[in-house]
Amino acid sequence: MDLSAINPVILIASLMAAATPILLAATGELVVEKSGVLNLGVEGMMITGAICGFAAAVETGSPALGFVAAALGGAALSLIFGFLTQVLMSNQVATGLALTLFGLGLSALIGQGYVGIKPPGTAALNLGPLSDIPVIGRILFSHDLMVYLSLALVAGVWAGLRYTRAGLVLRAVGENHDAAHALGYKVVRLRLAAIAFGGAMAGLGGAYLSLVRVPQWTEGMTAGAGWIALAIVVFASWKAPRVLLGAYLFGGVAVLQLNLQAAGLAVPVEVLSMSPYLVTILVLVIMSADRSRAAINAPASLGRRFHASS
Amino acid sequence: MKLTSILAGAALALGLAGAATAQDKTKVGFVFVGPIGDGGWTYEHNQGRLAVEEEFGDAVETIYQENVPEGADAERVLTQMALSGADLIFTTSFGYMDPTINVAQKFPDVKFEHATGYKRADNVGTYSARFYEGRAVQGHIAGKLTESNIIGYIASFPIPEVIRGINSAYIHAKKANPDVEFKVIWAYTWFDPAKEADAAQALIEQGADVILQHTDSTAPQAAAEKAGDVYTFGQASDMAEYAPMPRVSSIIDNWAPYYIDRVQAVIDGTWESDDTWDGIGPGMVGIGEISSAVPEDVKAEALALKEAIANGDYHPFTGPLNKQDGTAWLAEGETADDGTLLGMNFYVEGLTGSIPQ
Repeated sequence: MDLSAINPVILIASLMAAATPILLAATGELVVEKSGVLNLGVEGMMITGAICGFAAAVETGSPALGFVAAALGGAALSLIFGFLTQVLMSNQVATGLALTLFGLGLSALIGQGYVGIKPPGTAALNLGPLSDIPVIGRILFSHDLMVYLSLALVAGVWAGLRYTRAGLVLRAVGENHDAAHALGYKVVRLRLAAIAFGGAMAGLGGAYLSLVRVPQWTEGMTAGAGWIALAIVVFASWKAPRVLLGAYLFGGVAVLQLNLQAAGLAVPVEVLSMSPYLVTILVLVIMSADRSRAAINAPASLGRRFHASS
Repeated sequence: MKLTSILAGAALALGLAGAATAQDKTKVGFVFVGPIGDGGWTYEHNQGRLAVEEEFGDAVETIYQENVPEGADAERVLTQMALSGADLIFTTSFGYMDPTINVAQKFPDVKFEHATGYKRADNVGTYSARFYEGRAVQGHIAGKLTESNIIGYIASFPIPEVIRGINSAYIHAKKANPDVEFKVIWAYTWFDPAKEADAAQALIEQGADVILQHTDSTAPQAAAEKAGDVYTFGQASDMAEYAPMPRVSSIIDNWAPYYIDRVQAVIDGTWESDDTWDGIGPGMVGIGEISSAVPEDVKAEALALKEAIANGDYHPFTGPLNKQDGTAWLAEGETADDGTLLGMNFYVEGLTGSIPQ
């Protein structure tokens, strides 16, 4: 075994790229859950975003338009969920699961003609001399635009929820929708907006997979990333900075296990392959060990139905 | 894929009306492990299917199903195909071995052909290609091209076919360049572009400047292209869209002649269960064009090696060779027998790491 072959600087740089899809999706889901809605359809929205973005990028030749289309596709799909749960008041858990299954099927259908095609390349952002700074340059200034955008979005969501009036209203709706309604806030409209935002973010995450990380379209290519994103929101106890931490932790373990294998670590490959999931479970258990605190952090109205008459 | 199965179901529902026409047509089924657009393994099997259609025209009808998981689910797909009237079914991945045998027992009149396996029955034949012959040529080019002396290898499952490939590539890379070192990642998948891309990325980060893959997608090629100065080889299919860099050559599986041959045998009523294992010589394994990124002298050596293997002058597993633990395997001039190769479960001397059990 030769652990010196693993360069920590490059490892950190590649874990940032590896974590970007789940980071985007988890940040979106955070906003959705903060508004009191539990959307389990993240996986379905991600994969739909992946194919919408891929198709748009291939047809137009522009990765930027691809990402826009991915966000729109994810948002459109999420609004089906929004309509069913907010207007028709269906069960959120069941509807979310159905959305995942629907998204997987829909994306396979749209993707029929796009298998085996190369998408237009997304160039790394050229930050000139900044990228040449040792260590920091490689970690911070050598990525593509989407990595920075994902970080900006996390920061934006954090600041938005904490310091703005809109964020306060959103949190109020999530904590107690009856009180918020009594105060005259449009609960359903706000939640629909949050759901659409979550869908757009999941779509972006999916497109990052199909346009930058792989880059290729394959059925089911998100391979469970949406579920990881859901777990990370709980792991983060509904706080944006911890979402970042959780996503990078998961991405880090996923990248590290491949590197350890290549370095010839004498640990069974099966154990290494399941390690990202084991770490996720472990952290979830530790985080929720203190039941009273976990309950305080969760939005009080999470997953509950709202109707103005009740 | 879905449409085909719906149509097959509909045809079945029509019942006797269809039976009359079905009798004069020979129906050939194909079970694929990935999508036909994977650009690799399944793509080439599908090319073979299309060649069958072209050859026989209206006399033959082909059906296929993509993305069939290896294991119990495959039995369901196979049963459905057999029920829908298939006369001959090709199951094109190692993991379909037991399902093929199980379903074949239930349908003694249907002929089955299983790729890369070793279990046979009266109505189950096996076929495979000597990919390790192509791996030898790859290994030679890789050993000559590498400057970091580190060659990365994305392996799929620890089965003899994959281990043979690693050994063969390593032996010939070592001959071309005594300092060469192999880093192997077991992906435990035939087809998962995201994972293959990550594995390629990890190998590149650890200094590999040549990546060999035994997985089916083009994702590692894309990762190497992004890295810039990394060489790759097309796997199963030519993957020429990545030539001349990073893809410098490839192993191409050419199943068409075999498929046509076997379908003909079924039509003639001469089909018998057998075991076919052909290599470069008969044309089942092709070497894709060696691109301009390879120096002329290396290209000439590689082609000479290919020629020697094709006409039987040289066997890629020729002694003296030791096993990884240092015990003697082949004496000077001795060549490996097919039995050992088919069950190969050890690395040759010089490879580091262990094969997952």
